[in-house]
Amino acid sequence: MSAVRLLVGTRKGAFVLTSDGKRKDWKVSGPHFAGWEIYHLKGSPVNPNRIYASQSSGWFGQQVQRSDDGGETWEPVGKDFVYDGTPGTHQWYDGTQHPWEFKRVWHFEPSLTDAETVYAGAEDAALFRSTDGAKTWQELPGLREAKGKLWQPGAGGMCLHTILLDPRNPNRIFVAISAAGAFRSDDGGKSWSPINKGLKSPYELPDPTAEVGHCVHRIAMHRSRPDVLFMQKHWDVMRSDNAGDMWTEVSGNLPSDFGFPIDVHAHEPETIYVVPIKSDSEHFPPDGKLRVYRSRTGGNEWEALTKGLPQSDCYVNVLRDAMAVDSLDKCGVYFGTTGGQVYASADAGDTWNAVVRDLPAVCSVEVQTLP
Amino acid sequence: MIRVMLPVHLRTLARVDDEVQLEIAAPVTQRRILDALEVAYPVLRGTVRDQATQTRRPLVRFFCCGEDFSHETSDTPLPDAIADGTEPFCIIGAMAGG
Repeated sequence: MSAVRLLVGTRKGAFVLTSDGKRKDWKVSGPHFAGWEIYHLKGSPVNPNRIYASQSSGWFGQQVQRSDDGGETWEPVGKDFVYDGTPGTHQWYDGTQHPWEFKRVWHFEPSLTDAETVYAGAEDAALFRSTDGAKTWQELPGLREAKGKLWQPGAGGMCLHTILLDPRNPNRIFVAISAAGAFRSDDGGKSWSPINKGLKSPYELPDPTAEVGHCVHRIAMHRSRPDVLFMQKHWDVMRSDNAGDMWTEVSGNLPSDFGFPIDVHAHEPETIYVVPIKSDSEHFPPDGKLRVYRSRTGGNEWEALTKGLPQSDCYVNVLRDAMAVDSLDKCGVYFGTTGGQVYASADAGDTWNAVVRDLPAVCSVEVQTLP
Repeated sequence: MIRVMLPVHLRTLARVDDEVQLEIAAPVTQRRILDALEVAYPVLRGTVRDQATQTRRPLVRFFCCGEDFSHETSDTPLPDAIADGTEPFCIIGAMAGG
């Protein structure tokens, strides 16, 4: 019988939650790395027992941990993230140029085809790759040549938080950066282009349609249609049908088009999920009601999913990496909150249950579907 | 033997339960202690001082015999009580929060 494993990163450690395919009864393991911030954990699709974890601390810096037994034991691996060559500068809050400085890893993206290859998205924004199971890291510096001097950190830091690998074309990679925008490489990460046409940021940028500078919160794709991308921007939910060459808004009837995560149903490429948040300064759900919104039409027409979610006095947030879908039938959907709850739906979002309620603030949720 | 007291985050990371003991030739200094610590526990590289500049991370403090030695130079000899192991060299995560 199949099973699922949730990898939950929190402000004070990592947790591994496991269940059988029914997804009703859960076993909780953790905290791993107690007291450390775990921005993200992700398993290799080639070898699911190979999991990478980003462990960091404002006091003691960055660590990278690797498990080869599905999260039962861990070993520290390479943590030297050195920008290639002379790092150069990017825009600072006061309009001056500021040197690139490594702060932490926000996101790991293991290769779709090789268990030893993994990508890391860093703050200050850069993309690193390891081909030896995270022992050593090399930057892909061409990304910062895509107008990096114009990039400027938002309030959450200038982080590279999303990495999408095209399952049909191994040379194509998408990344997203706050607050620089989305970028695409078609040559395996050597060179990059901004893909932000159609984005409008009138409240954040002096030129609302600038080539870079948009605060992209998350992008997602369905592996069967890698040219179709969905985006949760600071404000606006967007889609592209041409690999990011042009974006159109699909916010439709959402109660707010501000939010952080966005994800795609495992078996229905036009079914997408977002969690609307009231505004950029009020990071909680509108009306105190925690509602996931689902569109079965690839955007524009949205329905609120509320069964099992708190519908009064709820003021948590759901961060950009804190939503995931499994590949069982029916598709499971999961998300974690800054209040420490992890919610699971075993029926594509129709009903929800809290798997755990009292973890530290959840930074990230990933799910592995196991045989 | 020099005794080194680590903060709990670093004890967890280095997988040690208590003080760490290190053999260090005189004169005993911050630099020599940290050099020896990083050789004995490579996972601690970069956690106490920046790997490139060798400077103390901003939110780390060094206490010796009830005094703050964080702002002494790396090569200043430490008190005899540290050098003879009577007192531990304390690596502290600075206070943060409210």
